[in-house]
This record gives sequence, structure tokens and C-alpha cells, in this order.
Amino acid sequence: MIEFKLPSLGADMDEGKLLEWKVKPGDKVKRGDLVAVVETPKAAVDIEIWQDGVVHELITQPGTTIPVGTVMARLIGEGEAPPAPAPAPGPAPKAAAAPALPAAPPPSRHAVSPAARQHARELGVDVEQLTGTGPHGSVTVEDVEKAARAPKAAPVAATRTAEMRKAIAAAMSRSKREIPHYYLSETVSLERAAAWLEAENARRPLPERMLMAVLYLKAVALACKAYPDMNGHYVDNAFRPAASVHVGVAISLRQGGLIAPAIHEVEKLPLPELMKKLADLVKRARAGSLRSSEMSDPTITVTNLGEGGVQAVFGIIYPPQVALVGFGGVSRAPTPAVVASLAADHRVSDGHRGALFLAGIARLLQEPEKL
Amino acid sequence: MNQDEVRKAVLAELMRIAPELEAGDLVAGKLLRDQVDLDSMDWLNFLVALHERFKVEIPEADYAKLGTLDQVTAYLQAKAR
Repeated sequence: MIEFKLPSLGADMDEGKLLEWKVKPGDKVKRGDLVAVVETPKAAVDIEIWQDGVVHELITQPGTTIPVGTVMARLIGEGEAPPAPAPAPGPAPKAAAAPALPAAPPPSRHAVSPAARQHARELGVDVEQLTGTGPHGSVTVEDVEKAARAPKAAPVAATRTAEMRKAIAAAMSRSKREIPHYYLSETVSLERAAAWLEAENARRPLPERMLMAVLYLKAVALACKAYPDMNGHYVDNAFRPAASVHVGVAISLRQGGLIAPAIHEVEKLPLPELMKKLADLVKRARAGSLRSSEMSDPTITVTNLGEGGVQAVFGIIYPPQVALVGFGGVSRAPTPAVVASLAADHRVSDGHRGALFLAGIARLLQEPEKL
Repeated sequence: MNQDEVRKAVLAELMRIAPELEAGDLVAGKLLRDQVDLDSMDWLNFLVALHERFKVEIPEADYAKLGTLDQVTAYLQAKAR
């Protein structure tokens, strides 16, 4: 029997609230399928399963908040026999023949249409608090919009923002407590990268154009392959390098706060595909539709604060990762350039390695056509 | 489409990207990126939406002509003719 447990979706998550099951008993699932939606302090996240099997039993009821690691469901693995049904009770002694109690009603499930749930995420409305006016009391898009317009909607959104602030505070405080950061920066010429990108975009239709951010991500990922001590996790007093580079992309949310989900295996992605994945990730992060694997396994983070006009950014590492690369704004005179910075974990690497890593990123950005 | 219709359509697309925006607060002659929190991905998505809605090509070299709501409106009107 496979136990499906609530995964940890980051250092800032201790518990989650099950919003919805995407499967029911008897459903066949395979590795990578989305099986549930769980609300974390930062976002509602689609939870994937990592084994093949058949759903046997859903244990956690929607609306319940459970700690990380709680068994939420049981599945029958491939080749496993379903458990034998409980033996039928023998004839009850007459003396015990009390009238049977009515079966307990199934725990009520808050019926919400998928469109309404999606809309509620966008508007910051807690659907669990709404009374539905649709068929069988289901919550409709109109119910969500009405709640969003009502004065009480503000506290709900404010609560979500406050929860996210608390989650960020916990993760960043832990980082600063536990990780001896060191910081380095280097001004990187973007003359060739900017010219290459301009020429490339000139021949691309608008929906297929790329951003400089994509070149940054790819250069960081390739540099990680050369400097693996920047890419991985520090767990149980030891560094565990990662085999692939899953780059966590810091994305600011319009309602406040930020989230850093991963794009997987960035080192292998051609730039146009990486651009598509980045656009999709930003869109889903802001719509509250991320997947558990994107939340749980970034191996390094990249943050780009150049849009805000800052010259450089010196970030705080997101534990258990061991490095964060920042990019500031692109200066135009005399030639395009950007300040790339590194925050790295001194338990794992030294400044000399960090300097080589940053120089590696700079070198890769001088040959954009090879990225 | 007349100027008002183009402006309304541009605003609608902008508010789809930045739902927190109050259309009444926007000064038509002032730089959009000074008034609305738009990063480069938002800006690209905004232009893609305009491209699809108005069926016009917007070369990257023209981005500098699209600073304000007035400029975007005039550009699209001229291009859509």
C-alpha cells in the first residue's frame, strides 16, 4: 500500500489546508499526475503524486488543515492486491440488537465550480467562507465576485497577505540565523547579449520574443554545472549537490509578497522553450496555480530586480538552497551592463569559488548564441 | 475604431495585466510604467494582447514610442488604419 503524504513545499511550510481532491477512490494515477489542491501560506498549489497506482482511500477531507507529512490518502501500488475487505460481522447476539445508528453523514464538501475557484484565487477570496447560490449550494463565479466586492473581502485578502508575510519572515529569519552568507558582485557587460537579443527579437513575431531574463537564467544554470557547489541543498549538516539545475525564479505577486517556484532542468532548455516556461510560470504564480514539484525542489534561486531601477540586489538564500544570484538594472551608458551578484553559503563554498562562479556567468553571457 | 474605442480597448488590456489599476487614476500623458507596476514580462504580455486584439505588428524598435496611454492609442490607431 502506498501512503500519499502532504509534502513540504518549501522551508516556510509546516502545514497545509486541503482544498480539493482531483481524484476519487478507484482512479488510476501515474507519476506526475495532479491529485489534490492544497493551500499553503503563499499559494494554492496543485499537488503531484510520484508513484503509479490506484486510489484506494482518501483520508483527509477538503477544508482540513494538516501538518506536513500527514498521510492524506492510500493507494494500491502496481502488482499489489487490494486489501481484503473487513470480515463480515457475525450474527449479533440478540441482547445487543439495538436499532442501528444511522450512518454518519459524509463530511460536507464545499462544492465550488473550477471557474469559481480559479476566480477566487485571482481575487483573493476564500471560497471556504462563502455560501453558494448555485445548484446544490455550489459556489459560483457570481458568488465569488459578490464576495470580492463586499467590504468583508478586504480582510480576507489582507489575511492572505499577512500569512504570506509570516511565511517569508520565517524562511528568511531561518536563513539569516543558520546560513553564513557571503556576498560578491561583478559588473557584467551585456553589449553582445543585448545586440544578439535585439537581432533575435527583430525576426520573431511578438508572442515569441524573449527577455534578457531568459539569458540570465540559462547562464546561471550552465555555470552551476561547472560549479556544482552552488547548486543543491544543505540538509543534516551536509551539502547534497543536485544532479540537475532547477532554478527558482523570484516572482513578485501583485497583491504583495513573492514566491520562487522552479523551472526544471534549465541547463537543458533551449532559450525559446525557457522563455515559454518562464512566461507560463509567472502567469500561473500570479493566478495561484503552481505545482508541488515547482515549489519543493528549486536548487538555486535567481532574482532580477532591475525592473525596479535598482543597481544591484544582494539577496537572502532560500533554505535549504545554498546560493542566490541577483541581477540589477541594465545600465545603458557607455555600453549595456548589469551588476550580477551572488549570495552564497560559506558552509559549502568559499569566496574564491563564488568569484569563479560569477565570472563563469559573465563569460557565458558574452556568447549568447551558445546559450 | 475611433480614438475613444481604441483607448478603452487599451485600458481593458492593461487592466487585465494589472487588475489593481483604477482606470480613473491613470494620467493619459504620463509614462505608463511610472503609474502602473509593470515588469518586462507584464509589458511583453500587454503588447502581445494589443497585437492580438488590433492585429498589428509592433516591432521592438517601436517600444520607445509607446510610453504613455496617449502614445499607445495614437500608435495603434495609425497602425490599424
